[in-house]
Amino acid sequence: MSAVIDHGHAHGHEHHPSGIMRWITTTNHKDIGTLYLWFSFTMFLVGGILALGIRAELFQPGLQFWHPEFFNQLTSMHGLIMVFGAIMPAFVGFANWQVPMMIGAPDMAFARMNNWSFWLLPVAATLLVSSFFVPGGAVAAGWTIYAPLSTQMGPGMDLGIFALHIMGASSIMGSINIITTILNMRAPGMTLMKMPLFVCTWLITAYLLIAVMPVLAGAVTMVLTDRHFGTSFFNAAGGGDPVMFQHIFWFFGHPEVYIMILPGFGIISQVIPAFARKPLFGYSSMVYATASIAILSFIVWAHHMFTVGMPTAGVLFFMYATVLIAVPTGVKVFNWLATMWRGSMTFETPMLFAVGFIFVFTMGGFTGLVLAIMPIDIQLQDTYYVVAHFHYVLVAGSLFSLFAGFYFWVPKWTGRMYDEKLGKWHFWLSMIFFNVTFFPMHFLGLAGMPRRIPDYALQFAGFNEIASIGAFGFGLSQILFLWIILKVTVLGRGERAAARPWEGADTLEWTHLESPAPYHSFHEQPVVK
Amino acid sequence: MTPDERARANRKLLGKLLVCAAIMFGFGFALVPFYEKICEVTGIRNVFQPDAVAAENTQVDAARSISVEFDANTQRLPWTFKPLQASVSVHPGEVTQVLYEVRNTLDRPVTGQAVPSYGPQQAVLYFKKVECFCFQQQTLGPGEVRKMPVVFLIDPKLPREINTVTLSYTFFEVNGAQGGRG
Amino acid sequence: MKKGTVAAAWLLALSGTAHAAFQWDFQTPVTRVATEIDKLHITMMWIILVIFVGVFGVMFYSIYAHRKSVGHKAEHFHENTTVEVIWTVIPFLVLIFMAWPATKAVLTIRDTSSPDITIKATGYQWKWGYDYLKGEGEGISFFSALATPRDQITGTAPKNEHYLLEVDNPLVVPVDKKIRVLTTANDVIHSWWVPQFGVKQDAIPGFVRDTWFRAEKVGTYRGQCAELCGKDHGFMPIVVEVVSTEDYGKWVSAQRLKLAAAADDPNKKWNLADLKARGEKVFAANCVACHQANGQGVKGVFPALDGSPLIKEPKGRHIEIVLNGRPKTAMAAFGKQLSDTDIAAVITYERNSWSNKTGDVIQPSEIKAARK
Repeated sequence: MSAVIDHGHAHGHEHHPSGIMRWITTTNHKDIGTLYLWFSFTMFLVGGILALGIRAELFQPGLQFWHPEFFNQLTSMHGLIMVFGAIMPAFVGFANWQVPMMIGAPDMAFARMNNWSFWLLPVAATLLVSSFFVPGGAVAAGWTIYAPLSTQMGPGMDLGIFALHIMGASSIMGSINIITTILNMRAPGMTLMKMPLFVCTWLITAYLLIAVMPVLAGAVTMVLTDRHFGTSFFNAAGGGDPVMFQHIFWFFGHPEVYIMILPGFGIISQVIPAFARKPLFGYSSMVYATASIAILSFIVWAHHMFTVGMPTAGVLFFMYATVLIAVPTGVKVFNWLATMWRGSMTFETPMLFAVGFIFVFTMGGFTGLVLAIMPIDIQLQDTYYVVAHFHYVLVAGSLFSLFAGFYFWVPKWTGRMYDEKLGKWHFWLSMIFFNVTFFPMHFLGLAGMPRRIPDYALQFAGFNEIASIGAFGFGLSQILFLWIILKVTVLGRGERAAARPWEGADTLEWTHLESPAPYHSFHEQPVVK
Repeated sequence: MTPDERARANRKLLGKLLVCAAIMFGFGFALVPFYEKICEVTGIRNVFQPDAVAAENTQVDAARSISVEFDANTQRLPWTFKPLQASVSVHPGEVTQVLYEVRNTLDRPVTGQAVPSYGPQQAVLYFKKVECFCFQQQTLGPGEVRKMPVVFLIDPKLPREINTVTLSYTFFEVNGAQGGRG
Repeated sequence: MKKGTVAAAWLLALSGTAHAAFQWDFQTPVTRVATEIDKLHITMMWIILVIFVGVFGVMFYSIYAHRKSVGHKAEHFHENTTVEVIWTVIPFLVLIFMAWPATKAVLTIRDTSSPDITIKATGYQWKWGYDYLKGEGEGISFFSALATPRDQITGTAPKNEHYLLEVDNPLVVPVDKKIRVLTTANDVIHSWWVPQFGVKQDAIPGFVRDTWFRAEKVGTYRGQCAELCGKDHGFMPIVVEVVSTEDYGKWVSAQRLKLAAAADDPNKKWNLADLKARGEKVFAANCVACHQANGQGVKGVFPALDGSPLIKEPKGRHIEIVLNGRPKTAMAAFGKQLSDTDIAAVITYERNSWSNKTGDVIQPSEIKAARK
């Protein structure tokens, strides 16, 4: 590959508006990436505060802070904000920044639609958060809004439904953009099977998004019409069936959780080879494994419904299909290990988070396997074991991969190195407090504590106390992260970064662009050999 | 590719992907009749219609007995509703009639619709209702008491491992006050 | 903050933790199904342990030995089809090994044939209703609601041993008999769960679902609702008393007597003092969670009854609301759950307590007439 560094246009030539108007009207993928990332981090902090509200109440048995109906709002909104406001937009932010640079494209395919995709999100977030202040309060039926509980609630539910519609539209537009960019705008010589794995995983994720976000839109529309327009999709009195909501929701919901992890797998697949100074092991299998996971994700949804009373044949099918997903996921873990094996590793912060990811995400995978076994699931469904499982894969999984990606790429984005000592503190504090918070929840679930309850029987007190202490520790650690971000971005403090600060990194953004990457990159596309 | 050609290629792909999204949205709604069809085929829920019973004599399997239990529920309906017998023991193929009693506790006419449900679920495939008060809405006058029949037979093809079946009805009010939606 | 204060705070927190309870595995199973589930879980844990040690052993070894700082140089292999096939096939075989006993357990759990007793469990917001449909005890029917006093929940009284897991009327069943449980619900989806039986079944409004258990040990077993159903989802436990066949027979007779005696004479004329006394009990069991014991409600969420405009209006409106509820709010239609006498008593209590002094005496016959 050519090692010519693209210096882009001299800075004096930039003719975009400045100040607020720059950010409102920008069609530049780097600006939009930045907007997504700041938005998602803000939502992450908001969702985090809600979590601390939950853990404060659960610190001890008894009701100390909130009324039960408000507690249900806290849990539901924590879920909605983290899923739709934090994790998904963060990955889209990474896609915006990285995909064009990594495929040698000047920008995304539809630059203006890119701008709309972002700006829809603050509108949706405002609708969602404002639902706390309407009569009856915010959505309180869980992030899963099962009917008929959701058809009963006050106007907060309608605001939530509108917010979901808007966020869905944003995701669909963003995915169309990503797919078109990847399929049509790669540099000459970059075939689909030569793309960096982060780009591959995002391509697959974008297809998943287009397939399932519209189904969610359908499901919440049905809830809306059942609430206000006299339909009976989920009302037995009118010939409907509440269980149908669960089928439609989880048909979206299961691929959704893979949407939230596949880009993370992509980030890890960039970081580990860079810090092991060794190519990714088994590139093609990684691609096939990702594709198999995506396809399998469509046929396992009813494992969220093992206790509704499905026919036996259905139960068996979904149980077998679910355990099958462990195979391609295992392949990926083994491939990362084989990449590390006999490499020459250093453990700067990105690598710490990547290795930490493998360790903790795999644990989440194990508990997923346990839950897949339907008879065991009968005891664990709707308990804290499930809460532990999904926080292991979503926090230790998705969130840690996002942290890894941030530390890895921020030198390219800002031209400065983050503070390595603080970064390591962030890693160790997050890792330790994460486990202190969520590991005990496995025991709580096994012992019989249901989820979504504001108060609990005395035998659950011990582990709840530990979990709450861990939660506050984890929350404080993210304030440290906020400081790290501010220091390297807004405050501009940190060593100047070379074009290629990571010795083992070899994708186009490291080999062909300076740090910070120029506002417009790759006007002339490199040729990839 | 020239920038123009690329822009055109991009727009084409945009169109295709938008169509995909639209199809998936339609698919979400199509899941409703799809779900009903699957329920029909697996027999999970088949309401409001008499079941086709084969014209030729359904052989009675006298060697086998099935315990059929009866259950009644009302939802937001001011009626008392109960089966007149808690259970009967029938042979598969044997036509049986049972009675449910409904009483309207109000002093105005009320119309209700009963929705049946079965335990275990797959029994519905083999539980043939020839006549049932659930096939139509029932209107009861003020204070009226009515005994309503259900005539059914159990198909001998009922899997061997099932020997207890519960037939449960939930009565809902129709027109006007029902639903609780504003 | 001074270091000493921080340390003291930690010690305090930890010491509290040390005294608290730590249950960390499944509760003791008392049915064969629950025992089977326990065994499946142990098998899974062994498989996971082996994989954990294998995979992370390799990983931590690599982290230790293949570091740049100890001078290890990177090799360049990045493909090996044989190895990849092996580590795809072996997990696949492990999964098949797991699936076989799991399948057997599923089939056992699904077999509801030949029960001795059939009981219907109906989920309400927020309590359970039990109807004995068939078998010994047929016809018995009652509600089962949380019995933990409010002041234990708010912290003004110490919590008892069965905090949040006790009810006024437990479900009673005989030991060693196959009990078929039909679940349904009156409003939203609930779920009936008793961990020691290994039974969890969603209760879906408008439909019945069946499951079963055979308890092999006499004792009291506690579970909770396992599907978010609104604000008091965490406050509608399930308590099952498994008794000997003899004791069960005695309980059945006692229940039948109780049902007969409890049928209040609908034409009885009550006086204010008696109605208020009875109404206070009804209020404590059904209304206190929202309207609070002092009748003050929760500002902005649940209306106060003390000094409420509703009390100043003629009693017809008050009766209507208690009977039929208020759509789109948490105010349920208590007409379905409480008898005429109980409703007359609680309304009389509300209209003559705290600062309300209407002097109204509502008779059960008025409630009967008002049901529409």
